[in-house]
Amino acid sequence: MDEAPAASLPNGSDGQRTRWKYLDNILNRLGPFTDPDWEHGEAAIEGLSRAKILVIGAGGLGCEILKSLALSGFQDIHVIDMDTIDVSNLNRQFLFRQADVGKYKAEVAANFVEKRVKGAKITPYCGKIQDKDEEYYMQFAIIVCGLDSIEARRWINATLVGMVDEQNPDSMKPLIDGGTEGFKGQARVIFPTMTSCIECQLDMHAPRAAVPLCTLATIPRQPQHCIEWAHIIAWEEERKDITLDNDDPEHITWLYQKALKRAQEFNIPGVTYSMTQGVVKNIIPAIASTNAIVAASCCNEAFKLATNTNPFLGFPETDNYMMYTGDESIYTYTFQHMKKSDCPVCGDDSIARPLQIDSNFTLQEFLDSLAERPESQLKKPTIRTEEKSLYYQFPPDLRQQTQPNLSKKIYELVENGEEVAITDPAFPLQFKYKLIFKD
Amino acid sequence: MADLPPPVQGPTAKEKKYDRQLRLWGPTGQRALEESHILLVNSGPGVVGIETLKNLVLPGVGYFTIQDSAVVSEADLGVNFFLEERHLGGSRAEHTCNLLKELNPDVQGDFITEPVESFLAKPDSLKPYTLVIVAAPIRPELLAKISAYASANSVQLFYIHSVGFYSHFSIHLPPSFPIVDTHPDPETTTDLRLLKPWAELIMFAEEKTKSLDTMASDDHGHVPYVCLLLHYLEVWKKDHDGQQPRTYKEKTEFRDMVKKAARTDNPEGGEENYDEAVAAVLKSLNPPEPSGAVKELFKDPECLLLKDDASSFWIIAHAVSLFYTKYGVLPLPGSVPDMKARSSDYIQLQNVYKSKARKDLAEVLDSVRFLERNINRSTPIEEKDVEAFCKNAAHIKLVRGRPFQVVQAGETLKWGDTAKSLAQNLTFQDSLIPLYIAFLAFDEFTAMHDKDALGGTPRAPGETNPEVDTEKMTGIAFKIMDDLIKEAGTFIEDPDYSEAKTWVGEYVQELVRAGGAELHNIATLTGGLVSQEVIKVMTEQYVPVDNTCIFDGVKSKTGVFRV
Repeated sequence: MDEAPAASLPNGSDGQRTRWKYLDNILNRLGPFTDPDWEHGEAAIEGLSRAKILVIGAGGLGCEILKSLALSGFQDIHVIDMDTIDVSNLNRQFLFRQADVGKYKAEVAANFVEKRVKGAKITPYCGKIQDKDEEYYMQFAIIVCGLDSIEARRWINATLVGMVDEQNPDSMKPLIDGGTEGFKGQARVIFPTMTSCIECQLDMHAPRAAVPLCTLATIPRQPQHCIEWAHIIAWEEERKDITLDNDDPEHITWLYQKALKRAQEFNIPGVTYSMTQGVVKNIIPAIASTNAIVAASCCNEAFKLATNTNPFLGFPETDNYMMYTGDESIYTYTFQHMKKSDCPVCGDDSIARPLQIDSNFTLQEFLDSLAERPESQLKKPTIRTEEKSLYYQFPPDLRQQTQPNLSKKIYELVENGEEVAITDPAFPLQFKYKLIFKD
Repeated sequence: MADLPPPVQGPTAKEKKYDRQLRLWGPTGQRALEESHILLVNSGPGVVGIETLKNLVLPGVGYFTIQDSAVVSEADLGVNFFLEERHLGGSRAEHTCNLLKELNPDVQGDFITEPVESFLAKPDSLKPYTLVIVAAPIRPELLAKISAYASANSVQLFYIHSVGFYSHFSIHLPPSFPIVDTHPDPETTTDLRLLKPWAELIMFAEEKTKSLDTMASDDHGHVPYVCLLLHYLEVWKKDHDGQQPRTYKEKTEFRDMVKKAARTDNPEGGEENYDEAVAAVLKSLNPPEPSGAVKELFKDPECLLLKDDASSFWIIAHAVSLFYTKYGVLPLPGSVPDMKARSSDYIQLQNVYKSKARKDLAEVLDSVRFLERNINRSTPIEEKDVEAFCKNAAHIKLVRGRPFQVVQAGETLKWGDTAKSLAQNLTFQDSLIPLYIAFLAFDEFTAMHDKDALGGTPRAPGETNPEVDTEKMTGIAFKIMDDLIKEAGTFIEDPDYSEAKTWVGEYVQELVRAGGAELHNIATLTGGLVSQEVIKVMTEQYVPVDNTCIFDGVKSKTGVFRV
């Protein structure tokens, strides 16, 4: 058996920083791109070990981010995730084992890294980011996101932008965000209110277009159409009283069999169990390699930001976005995404973002389209003009009152060029749009 | 009973665990991964190789072996995630291997603690491995030996650097490394043959557009756009001496003609199928020409003159080239994108394309069988391989692998046919060739310096005296750069030349600053890149880097070029 060292010291068994020998070469030496006035050595080391950093998400990216931050010298790390571990996570989320299936990701991940990297303190919170208030987010120096949901990204982005107080420089929290899909991904750095934010960049991540209901109901052509039919229509008709659980194999099997039968009726080949699962759960392919690349890029930026060891992405007027593609050779495009003056989150409050619409649409059709439009992506909109309430999701009596508007045409309700305010329970702000008639 | 669907075979435990990756490389890719045995020759801080393996153990590579003679030190614990305090003083190969194995019980792992010199000196030491990864620093004569072995045995070899904020890797693939399943973007690869329709497709389109003008509006709005375009092409030809729209101007005129033909007197004010037709004009009305790369393939000596031991790939390529010579087009892939249409019309249209694809495949298959007899091949090529080739024919990729540069102390590097393009790109803004040159200088420096002055462990620049080492290494780098320019036979004028020198100098300085250290983030990122390329090479899917990739973690940029 190996002999254990006398005491478990975070820096090395001799109490010196022998453990951080490699890191210290960078922290103690100037480089050709460092600021000549940079306080290297002690000051940089001190700053790094004190910086409190928040990681949002303990999944594929989160596992990598926690590990890399701990081994970059960050010692006070917090992590938030509401999910529990599923067996399909194990092909990439390397802090989890078969025996951990069902446990909270944030807790297992934090324990694992804390145990492996001595001196790193990792505080988990198993819950939603929306549970926490501004005071909570205010305690961090940097926030790193490894999420798979656009909605959660937009929420934290809006919250951080809202927290900025010009009188207090500490209220501006740099946000570093990573995302992956298969062999592709991106890493970006945001200085809320100073540089382009997640909302400014929303149209870079357009949602997949939904298949029209009439196609599903009457003229399916693809195996996916049959699955969506089973998912949206057949379940509602035949199993209304049972809440569909995407993780229940019996439910997926039922949908699969329904879809298969419908496909056979229309001579459509290709419905499989795996495809059924993919469509119903909207599964995005994910592998360890891409997670490692994107997460490490985020942590590299966090490290440079916290230590000034080299220039980082996101400094105003410089590159703030790295796009990565790995399926055909390796390609990155690193550029400056420009802040949008009409951004509903960080733009000028007095400017409403123009939105082209078909005035022949009913209000219902327009509201439905807001979910899919790359520049809005709002699923539960409440809408009003300066003068009148067009449609309210809640409270119930207001909804009832405004319900009749849903079947009215847009041109009956608003003027061309009129401004509307839209709110959505998913976001802590209102979106202002100026409706421009296409025709 | 008859209308009950078949009983469901739910996914197996393995399919569940690997679900998110099987959606990328499928069961054949997974099998290839599981049949591989990877050797990591580890040294230096030793992180990037372990991070690479992590991303290969997780998706289920068959077998890995770590050769590493280092003993676990305090410094390892500050940078390597796969070591713990209790391992101090133990074998780094053994402990990293054990902690990696914890990640996936389906993977076998082994370790070799013997020094690389004596390990390589044994006969057949590299024989068990299908792929070798070498992490710098390594003595050049040893790297040259592994490289020679890779050339002689068609073993794939990766060589990696991860130093401070920078990293590099080069891939040595066999001279002929074909990829059939390149996974092109389905949006850009639809091949509808609208300008070269065949009899059955013409007939189908005529039938569906027979009384287009008098059709009921619901029928009119459901004619598949493929049929619409074929119909209006006939109309166009009548007014244009039987010619199809060829130029951009003609195509936009044709597009306007289709647009005007849509009915607008309905509640929607337009027709979706016409919208789709209009949108498809510019991208679909192109003669189905194979890409330059595919034509190049047909002209390759290996394709033109099949050897007796020709691989399946070249036999099929020859058969497809015969098809191309005869018809002027590649075999039809046969897939049809989704479009507004009634179910039965769409299925019929799909079948028109599918049966043509099957007919083309049958013809290619006949040629394959004929060629097999000609060269006396004993085992017939599987039909599914021929089918895959025909389906992807337009996007097949042939990588011409070759050895990468191995620096020898005091010797001038030979660049050969890449000298010109590298020298030209040297002075481009954002070019990462200056950083590659700095890495070559790093290797030459370590080849000339060892820790004990006895020819043992190499010493990295900047370990103890950064100023002195920077000066030495800058001199080496400038010489490499000048030799490259000289071999290219070009002359780079100022200010470009001075600028390139400044870049090389800065990269050298930043490399020396690290003193041979790995930063965990850069090692992880590079391990991600390398593992991704290993997966592509092992599965023979997607398109690998050809053959050198550089990452600049200061600017957060990558560059790929061929050396």
